[in-house]
Amino acid sequence: MSGGLLLQAVVSGLLLGGVYGLVACGLSLIFGVLRIINFAHGAVMMLAMYATYWLFVLAGVDPYLSVVLTAPLFFVLGVIIQKVVIEPNRFAAEHNQLLLTLGLALFFENLALVLWQGDFRTVKVSYSGASFMLGEALVEVPRLVASGGAVLMAAALFVFLRLTDVGKALRALAEEPEGAALVGINVARIRAASFGLGSACVAVAGALITPFFYVAPDVAESFNIMAFVVVVLGGMGNFVGALAGGFMVGLAESLGAAFLPGSLKLLVVFAIFILVLLFRPQGLFGGSRER
Amino acid sequence: MSARVGGALALAALVALPPLMSKYHLEILISVLFWAYLGIAWNMLGGYAGQFSFGHAAFFGIGAYTSTLLLLRAGLTPWIGMALGGVLAAVFGLFEGYLSFRYGLKGPYFSLVTLAFAEMLRVIAVNTKAVGSSLGLVVPTSPSAPGLFIFSGKLPYYYIILAMGALALALTWKIGRSRLGFSLAAVRENEDAAETAGVDALATKLRAMALSSFLTALGGTFYAQYFAYIDPTITFGPSVSIGALLPAIVGGAGTVLGPVLGSFVLTPLSELTRYALRGRAGADIMLYGAILVLVISFLPQGIMGLVRERRARAGRP
Repeated sequence: MSGGLLLQAVVSGLLLGGVYGLVACGLSLIFGVLRIINFAHGAVMMLAMYATYWLFVLAGVDPYLSVVLTAPLFFVLGVIIQKVVIEPNRFAAEHNQLLLTLGLALFFENLALVLWQGDFRTVKVSYSGASFMLGEALVEVPRLVASGGAVLMAAALFVFLRLTDVGKALRALAEEPEGAALVGINVARIRAASFGLGSACVAVAGALITPFFYVAPDVAESFNIMAFVVVVLGGMGNFVGALAGGFMVGLAESLGAAFLPGSLKLLVVFAIFILVLLFRPQGLFGGSRER
Repeated sequence: MSARVGGALALAALVALPPLMSKYHLEILISVLFWAYLGIAWNMLGGYAGQFSFGHAAFFGIGAYTSTLLLLRAGLTPWIGMALGGVLAAVFGLFEGYLSFRYGLKGPYFSLVTLAFAEMLRVIAVNTKAVGSSLGLVVPTSPSAPGLFIFSGKLPYYYIILAMGALALALTWKIGRSRLGFSLAAVRENEDAAETAGVDALATKLRAMALSSFLTALGGTFYAQYFAYIDPTITFGPSVSIGALLPAIVGGAGTVLGPVLGSFVLTPLSELTRYALRGRAGADIMLYGAILVLVISFLPQGIMGLVRERRARAGRP
């Protein structure tokens, strides 16, 4: 294979990786605080993509600008989901909590199918086709914006977690739930906030990719599985690991696509997933958490 | 009325009534029994061993593809292909299980690994021309040839799935009262304690895995022969994995009758929804999602949990 193709694969992988990273950050945040592997994460992203699509079609709101609306909206949706569905079952068996979010995912995904059918919808904006050459590799501007925006958002969240009271409370709850309650942190509120923030993250990721990605009910599934892979790779609950894992999975996928025919690139991703789960379940970046 | 008499009456009705039914109702009943059967198979691993698989489609697909490919390419009867598919699925299940259990994967992590294995098989099937890639495989439906698992009416398929379900149910019942059954319960409730008491947890879980994957694969062959068409998304996709666990969860995981009850509630409900909301694809699965959330929230032990609670209140064992 030529150097140009390889460079192109690396560039595409990095551009995809930022988005995976942000999706995974949200999942990781929810896992860190609630100890739930959220199967409905991709479904929330899909709903956010529809929200972006409809805001564009009905009100002419630019997808990037719509983030200002969708992020708070999905924060609230996340809080509601957590309060109504997750919190009442906080003492349920681990596998039952997993089934709970699986049920939510099935519900949302098929709600979208019932409401808007399975057609692929796209948002056509003036900059949809914009691109430039970086050496021999083509860089599509919307993908660059999405990846850059995702990294920025993740960085903002990181700063939020470090510097604000709510952020510190979130981290405290992830580290030591009982201790956090003892020092007077409002545990129920912070648990709800974690789901809200996680959902807002994935909503931003969804909005950022609509200028170049199709919107359909089943778009959720592939992103969901990718986010699991990323989070496991980066270490469950490890925030920086999630972002780094995002870039790795993005690269693995695009390199796999360059070397393997058809959709076999996914095999590379799943193989990495299974190997990491088996041999380094704490993630690649040190043992921040036990299973 | 004792449970034994009730069971005998239900079985008698299931044997005697179908010839009198309309084609539509018979189809629904076949569907009910088919999902009940998959639920029973899933229940061995998910319910009795407490290992929640999200990827039973892997075994289902192996069964469907093995018997169908042997029929189409080598002319081998699916009756034999079915058994071969079952053995192949059990081998794959043992491989999957050995890797997962050997490295101590539990709970949600085990679920994710099983999901990943099923997805891998789906991707491989989609990209392999020799197995029909995404176009799938068409199974011949005529002429009627009982020796080749091909029948002209629906009724023979009904009795086949009824027999499969009854045998799987009897097997579950038998295992529940055997040494293996007690080991399974011990491992499910507290693996460390079971090990201390001398139960080989790895071997116990692997036995459940092998049985569960073998039975699931037989369901795959039944599907291929009955619906006469398979493709990677149908057989290896998440809907079979979810369809197998749902009746068991709703009916009551780890109970003999749970998956049957679950399917008798869920399957007709899904048929009704599909009928009521014609042209709205997804409505039935949306309902499944809502039911799953409600059952976990309000009936975490499934319908059987409710039955048990009422019995306990009435002072009966």
